[in-house]
Amino acid sequence: MTKQRFENFVHGIFLLLGLITVACVLLITVYLVISGIPAIGKIGLIPFLFGTTWASTAAQPAYGILPFILTSIYGTAGAILVGVPVGFFTAVYLAKAAPARVKSLMEGAVSLLAGIPSVVYGLVGMMVLVPGIRVLFGVPDGASLLAAIIVLAIMILPSIVKVSLTALEAVPQEYEDASLALGATPVETWFRVSVPAAKSGIAAAVVLGVGRAIGETMAVMMVAGNAANMPSIFQSVRFLTTAVSSEMAYAPVGSLQREALFSIALVLYLFIMLCNAALNFFLKREKEG
Amino acid sequence: MKLSKGRRAYILTMRVLMGLCAGLTCALTLFLIGYVLWKGLPNISWELLSTKPSYLSGKIGILPDILNTLYITVATLAIVLPLGVGAAIYLTEYAKNQRLASLISNAAETLSGIPSIIYGLVGMLVFCGGGTSLLAGAMTLTIMNLPTIMRTTQESLKTVPQAYREGALGLGAGKWRMIRTVVLPNCVDGIVTGCILTVGRILGESAALLYTAGFAHALNGPWKGLNSAGATLTVALYVYAKEQGEFGVAFAIAAILMILTVLLNLLAGMVGKHFTKRRTL
Repeated sequence: MTKQRFENFVHGIFLLLGLITVACVLLITVYLVISGIPAIGKIGLIPFLFGTTWASTAAQPAYGILPFILTSIYGTAGAILVGVPVGFFTAVYLAKAAPARVKSLMEGAVSLLAGIPSVVYGLVGMMVLVPGIRVLFGVPDGASLLAAIIVLAIMILPSIVKVSLTALEAVPQEYEDASLALGATPVETWFRVSVPAAKSGIAAAVVLGVGRAIGETMAVMMVAGNAANMPSIFQSVRFLTTAVSSEMAYAPVGSLQREALFSIALVLYLFIMLCNAALNFFLKREKEG
Repeated sequence: MKLSKGRRAYILTMRVLMGLCAGLTCALTLFLIGYVLWKGLPNISWELLSTKPSYLSGKIGILPDILNTLYITVATLAIVLPLGVGAAIYLTEYAKNQRLASLISNAAETLSGIPSIIYGLVGMLVFCGGGTSLLAGAMTLTIMNLPTIMRTTQESLKTVPQAYREGALGLGAGKWRMIRTVVLPNCVDGIVTGCILTVGRILGESAALLYTAGFAHALNGPWKGLNSAGATLTVALYVYAKEQGEFGVAFAIAAILMILTVLLNLLAGMVGKHFTKRRTL
């Protein structure tokens, strides 16, 4: 029957379209592994991951990416330390305390903050934050880990607010009613009943922020200075992401330098996959709890 | 009833912290918008918008970058829409195998967590055999935005009442006809929202485009433009600010991007409201 065959044909096409995402993930993983492994093989896994000098263009090239790994970890941790409390309290305010008008206005502001391109953050950081840090702390150059941390903290703020807000709003009204009936004030109820009830969702927000911060490239490239130093708060530093993008433009095709850049990308990818796994874990718990 | 001192202090601290943080978030947003517009708007001139950079006069124009952004947006949407909507339809209308469906949605979630620099690298390896081009950039952006279109379409497909589908099938329509004439027209809102979000992401994207679409500022028609390298507005902003120290131009582009972001946000809000109203009627 031709009609049945036609329907099967359409079904097949949609199946193919559905499988495209899976194919993309496979494609990305396979390409990164294939292009990232050779340099690690040549340099050696331990010297590559734990070497403290990166001098890819020196006469005696050294390819140690520990400075990048540590910078990415410190930078992300710093951004989380600054951004999460601000985002968390904003989310509690919006979910529980804010009047409806204020809430809808601020939700608009937060989604606007999420939509601002990262180069714009980078530009403002370059023109305001970097000179500001130079003057305020009396350091020779304000392009530093601190500048990157502040920019990243602002950039992850919207994700933290949004995801925590969704989690807080999903807390059943009965929990709060019970707490209020037992004599707790509204503020105590929000922080001692609603927040603990939404903790998986808030944890997911934090992990999402970690992922955003680790992966951010352009804004960081514009404010962090990009020297391959071991991380220190007022030093010019290079993240995993910026290590890839700052040398890719001039690394000759086929050179060990270029291959090493792909290996850095592979390391970055592994970090991101770790974050994804953690995120899924928390989201699943949120759904079940 | 009087609260104990400790409890009153706790309540006050929490209230102050909430106020401070919410105020800070607002202040940051206002400052960013205000600062960028204040620095950028005076630098926007008709000449800047309508010319290309000229080495002879030493003047910079951003018309090529505007056109490149337009080309790459249209091209990306043209590729990503059928793919993303199709994938969403498969998941909600066809998929019977639960494990396959969850594999696909997990893959989409994974994609949305991958940072743009990784897309840029893989895009460079896969699509840039013949050098950088806007088309290679558009294909890279397609993979990046696939999860967005899929998610918004899927959410709206889920709100199409099951009775519509049964009604269509009961009247003798085949499955494809049912999808085409009953399901798809009812999920336009999800597709439109997905498009707006995607346009926003394309406007703001730069790391994925640096090594796939390139940096050129040549003035091209759509066809030639797609096949040659070109900087979008964001990439141009980066190059002018970081590599050429042309901060006036950079701020002008930043102001344009900021205005477009605000407009897209308002549009997304309006579309959402419009469709919710229509649905509840």
